[in-house]
Amino acid sequence: MSQRSLTTTPADAPTTGGGGGLPRGRRFGVERVFRGLATVAGSTILVIIVAIAIFLIVKALPALRANSENFFTFPSWFADSSPPRFGIAAIAFGTVITSALAMLLAVPVAVGIALCLTHYTHRRIATTLGFFIDLLAAVPSVVFGLWGRDYLAGPVADLSAWLHANLGWIPLFGGAGPYGRSILLGSIVLAIMVLPIVTALTREVFLQTPEENEEAALALGATRWEMIRTAVLPYGRPGIIASVMLGLGRALGETIALALTLGAVYNVSFDLLGTGGNTIAANIALRFGEANPIGRSALIASGLVLFAITLVVNMTARLIIYRRREFVGSAA
Amino acid sequence: MRLKRHGIVAAVAVATLGLAACGSDNTSNTASDGGSSSAKPTISCATGSLTAQGSTAQQNAMDEWRKAYQQACPGASINYQGTGSGAGVQAFTANTADFAGSDSALKPGDEQAKADARCAGGTALNLPAVIGPIAVAYNLGGVKNLQLKPATLAKIFAGTVTTWDDATIKADNPSATLPSSAITAVHRSDSSGTTDNFTRYLAATADADWTFGNDKVWKAPGGQGGAKSDGVAAAVKQTAGAIGYIEYSFVQTSGLVAAKIYNGAGEYTALTDTSAGKAVAGAQVVGTGSDLTLKIDYATKEPGAYPIVLVTYEIVCGKGNPADKLPLITSFLTYITSTDGQAKLSQIGYAPLPATLQTKVSTAIGNLA
Repeated sequence: MSQRSLTTTPADAPTTGGGGGLPRGRRFGVERVFRGLATVAGSTILVIIVAIAIFLIVKALPALRANSENFFTFPSWFADSSPPRFGIAAIAFGTVITSALAMLLAVPVAVGIALCLTHYTHRRIATTLGFFIDLLAAVPSVVFGLWGRDYLAGPVADLSAWLHANLGWIPLFGGAGPYGRSILLGSIVLAIMVLPIVTALTREVFLQTPEENEEAALALGATRWEMIRTAVLPYGRPGIIASVMLGLGRALGETIALALTLGAVYNVSFDLLGTGGNTIAANIALRFGEANPIGRSALIASGLVLFAITLVVNMTARLIIYRRREFVGSAA
Repeated sequence: MRLKRHGIVAAVAVATLGLAACGSDNTSNTASDGGSSSAKPTISCATGSLTAQGSTAQQNAMDEWRKAYQQACPGASINYQGTGSGAGVQAFTANTADFAGSDSALKPGDEQAKADARCAGGTALNLPAVIGPIAVAYNLGGVKNLQLKPATLAKIFAGTVTTWDDATIKADNPSATLPSSAITAVHRSDSSGTTDNFTRYLAATADADWTFGNDKVWKAPGGQGGAKSDGVAAAVKQTAGAIGYIEYSFVQTSGLVAAKIYNGAGEYTALTDTSAGKAVAGAQVVGTGSDLTLKIDYATKEPGAYPIVLVTYEIVCGKGNPADKLPLITSFLTYITSTDGQAKLSQIGYAPLPATLQTKVSTAIGNLA
């Protein structure tokens, strides 16, 4: 038997069922086991998510009960005091605005890099450039944080002064200084950190554009930019959205780089230039070490809020991709 | 193609390793310099291993002591993790640390009771081990001799004085030319014993201008936060017009200038390890028996005393230490509070314990059981 299978000739092949495609009787056992394993692996995710949610809720309850301020509207965080007074207003706001600004800065650049790599440069250069972008993703976030704090802070302070002098009538640039650790600085550092994620994913998506579509566009007399606009971008849109959402997930959860570059001031302000800014994750990192039991519980409650924000963001992304799917078929 | 790619990976890897090697060389050099500069101390060695954790403010001192002790006593291994005072006390209470480092003494009541319960039949003691002076560092171009009264300091950090040429600051510095630039007051964004002690000083000496009490977290509005002492030092250094409170060692290592502070004796005092020691010499022991909890008199009348100081404690069981650990605990704590151990401190930004207090601490350590 074994000898025969070793010496199988092409002529014998059909007898085993079209190149081994259909499983024989005993194979169904393996099939079932594998199917079971895959289902277990798939449901592990759900179990983990539910377990995290339960853990967060259970651990957060003592602090939420002890809190003497409104958890959703109070801006400061004095969770270790007695009575504890804390609220997520300022840090949740800071988390959202910092991440949003970072995405606003990073996504156009990332899509540009991805298009350049897939459609404009020589393949060999593209491979090298792609390698460097992946390298950027391997830099630890504390390095970005320290670099931002010690070296980028100066140029960003100059930029802030310039923005205020020329565009100061926009409330976002209303901060009159002195400039230092601000939402702008944190967002720029964060933008650099999410850049490789968004770039790598959009590059993969653009590479998968059916060549027929591209060639058809070119054959109809489209320039390269018109071809990208009519064939590549519409095809890749769900992929771009998905990668943006992944990048946003990274941005929302980023901790140490923002703990180092934001001013850690607890207020709700749209002023991007003045010293300030704080995020849920950075607040947890900075306060966890010396927190008492209620303080820890309060930090976990803020983690629950971050969890909820991330969930909403991801569900929105799914919804967008799902709605687009009918227009672009298989790309989702 | 494939080979080339591997070549790049290899080159990057080699470069990274090279950098890493440079980094570790530097640190090990400075570390061994510190160790070799002092003569071999006379230590009565014990063997075994200790696990301790807590205050980050005493981490550097602990590192020096551990190194010196372990060099002298090959059979001993001592671990200290700077996890923060709160975490240290929790670990001590949960019996996962043999002793804890803490920037504040155990609070009478629940905290003390829980810690006592851990010491089979004994009580947990607070033993002063290190004095960490807190410097008020500033970045103000030409101004080299800034002098501040407690009320002025409180107004600056509370955000009620916002420019350097404010009349309040001018009154303290009649001869200095102060710029009209805005003040950036930098505080710790993480919770820390430094903030607790600094705000305790402000609350004790300038209660009319400082209404935020004392806490490990910063409670005044505005200003700018910096993560850890290092983050505050960096912020003060790179922002013109900034002022911040940091541990003395960070002033020394980052080349910052510290302000002179007005003390209860009516003089502006510069921060040195001697002037900080004088403030602690005037402190009152409020603990009973072997417990040496201190109450620092921030308005001390002692001439030449620098009033903003932090005392960090070792929290250890007075009785009920495990028999196999006791000799090493006693031996190590005796060493750190000895003249040899304390002498190491002034090189790394701490102040040694005053002689009277040192005697009390060594008596207390001798009575551990």
